[in-house]
Amino acid sequence: MHKRAPAWLGKWLVSGPPLLYLVVFFAVPSLIMVLASFRTPGEFGGLAPLVDESGAVDLTLDSYTRLLSEPLYAEIFVKSFWYALVTTVVCLVLAYPLATLIAKSERRHRDLLLLLVILPFWSNFLIRVYAWMIILGPNAALARAVNGVLALFGHEPVPLLFSAFAVLVCLVYVHLPFMVLPLYANLEKHDQSLLDAAQDLGASAWQRFWRITFPLSLPGVYAGSALVFIPAFGIFAIPDILGGPDDSLIGNVIKQQFLETRDWPFGSVLSLVLTVLALALAGLAAWIGQRGVGRLASGDA
Amino acid sequence: MALLEIQDVTRRFGDFTAVDKVSLSIRAGEFFTLLGPSGCGKTTLLRMIAGFDVPDGGAILLDGEDLAQRPPEGRPVRTVFQSYALFPHMTVQGNIAFPLKMARTPAADIPAKVEEALADVRLTGFGKRFPHELSGGQRQRVAIARALVTHPTVLLLDEPLAALDAKLREEMQIELINLQKEVGITFIYVTHDQTEALALSHRIAVMNKGRVEQIDEPDRLYGLPRTRFVAEFIGTCNLLTGPVTGSADGVVTVDVPDLGPVRVSAQGAQATRPEGAVAVRPEKVRLHAPGSAPARDNHFTGAVTGFLYQGDVTVYMVRSERGHTLEALLANSGSGLAKFFEVGDAVELSWPADAGHFIDG
Ligand SMILES: Nc1ncnc2c1ncn2[C@@H]1O[C@H](COP(=O)(O)OP(=O)(O)OP(=O)(O)O)[C@@H](O)[C@H]1O
Ligand SMILES: [Mg+2]
Repeated sequence: MHKRAPAWLGKWLVSGPPLLYLVVFFAVPSLIMVLASFRTPGEFGGLAPLVDESGAVDLTLDSYTRLLSEPLYAEIFVKSFWYALVTTVVCLVLAYPLATLIAKSERRHRDLLLLLVILPFWSNFLIRVYAWMIILGPNAALARAVNGVLALFGHEPVPLLFSAFAVLVCLVYVHLPFMVLPLYANLEKHDQSLLDAAQDLGASAWQRFWRITFPLSLPGVYAGSALVFIPAFGIFAIPDILGGPDDSLIGNVIKQQFLETRDWPFGSVLSLVLTVLALALAGLAAWIGQRGVGRLASGDA
Repeated sequence: MALLEIQDVTRRFGDFTAVDKVSLSIRAGEFFTLLGPSGCGKTTLLRMIAGFDVPDGGAILLDGEDLAQRPPEGRPVRTVFQSYALFPHMTVQGNIAFPLKMARTPAADIPAKVEEALADVRLTGFGKRFPHELSGGQRQRVAIARALVTHPTVLLLDEPLAALDAKLREEMQIELINLQKEVGITFIYVTHDQTEALALSHRIAVMNKGRVEQIDEPDRLYGLPRTRFVAEFIGTCNLLTGPVTGSADGVVTVDVPDLGPVRVSAQGAQATRPEGAVAVRPEKVRLHAPGSAPARDNHFTGAVTGFLYQGDVTVYMVRSERGHTLEALLANSGSGLAKFFEVGDAVELSWPADAGHFIDG
């Protein structure tokens, strides 16, 4: 008689390769960083030998003490948090109507509209960031128009480029599709009969949105927010290219530690804190969200 | 005066007329049913009453007020959707409280009203559950409670029991009848199931191809169908058609080509056209062994060509001498005898003139 392969074998065959990939490229590097964060920086970068000449094991908490004793780094974490948060909120506000529009448009138009949303991915990320240098540059039409208007009110001209404004505009631009796509995927599944029922039961257009559409779209809102917030929190290329000296974010500092200052242990500490913070924030948001949905649901809201 | 007046309402989709000059007047407190085959325009008519669709002609008046300018959220009309349309992110309580909140009911009054509505549909104690934690029948009841909690003037129900199994459907039918009696709200019920319509309704409008064929109480609809469509759609019927050859002393004679002359009491109906039809329900047709039939107004001989045993009754198909097939229904005796005749048996068929029903045209 033919013997069936055990169920566990199938499960491992399916989940094994991705699991292996994650272990090799995420868990192992993370572990290396954890270990590196307790080491001493090498004289010419990298790490000092684990066992020094005298035979003592060289493990230290120096990098952690440094993070806690120099308020500069906490400030940069806070600043990065705000940049990421503003980016997420602006993306959400812009993406929600757009995703709704696509989800409600005729089926044959949807593919085209979605294609337009992901069209920017067809060109290189850095090229798109550099393009903003031209758009926001002092001689471009935009800067001239803005400063022309400011001049009418007797205001000094302001540079658009190399500013927090330039960084935020580009952060929003780069991350917008990551908000639109999960929102669209969610809104597209909404059941029109629920909205009909709500209207039948006396709900105005605004109430239908706020009580039915929005709460049901929260999974899409969370997915999009996570996809925008987490990369925006650690980004370094955009502030590097478009930001001024005050717009260095935590990503820039980490990059600096590894490539310029060559303090790998401290860079590892910053990087670990960034990861832990991002995870904690995502968890917190999900928890608040759950309670929010619960409140709307039981009808207390 | 009628509560809901539907006057010459028409709805076209392109050059297809889904609802064609329908006029109905529905009384307060009535259980009124729209019955008809799939695609006859029942849902379209219901959506126009709810306000989701706009008539191309005619008017809908509620309590004398033309509803044309009122959006769905502004009509004292509630719908129970076939798919239930319960809000999945809200508990049963949240669902039922929803229309109360939309009506700006003081928050303090809401819990008591929700409890009352739950009790009405026998779901006390289920308030904290989410829709996905309920069975089909329970969801159906939540949808009804949610629609009734604000005491609308009219409740519209679009095939609300279609998704339930036969046993549960029967239970829910009885509950619906009781509920409607209890709350006294006008129900407009849509179904394509004639037994359901007959069991539930005070009055039924039979629709066909966007038109209303007949509006009547269930027993009159069954006993006195006015058109061939109604006769055939409501229950099973032997429809015997042919030229009208005589009309005297209140008895009309129709010469059915492959059967013979059939005599039927006119019962007030007039034979105004050369053609006519006699509708005879299978249970009115008597079957006898050859030679034993009493003298009746209609008497034919034939042979059994088949039968369907249905437990309490058996339906016999009988082919007359000249080739017309009639159905006759015999109740089975309690003593376990389930068959009186076998296929091929010669039989005599008979029924009195007043057992049939004349349809003009
Ligand atoms: N939006 C629409 N566009 C075009 N045709 C439509 C539209 N809505 C309904 N129809 C047509 O109108 C006719 C009546 O539809 P309706 O839904 O009212 O039927 P129904 O009596 O409710 O049938 P069922 O018992 O199958 O639900 C159908 O032939 C349908 O195809
Ligand atoms: Mg329908």
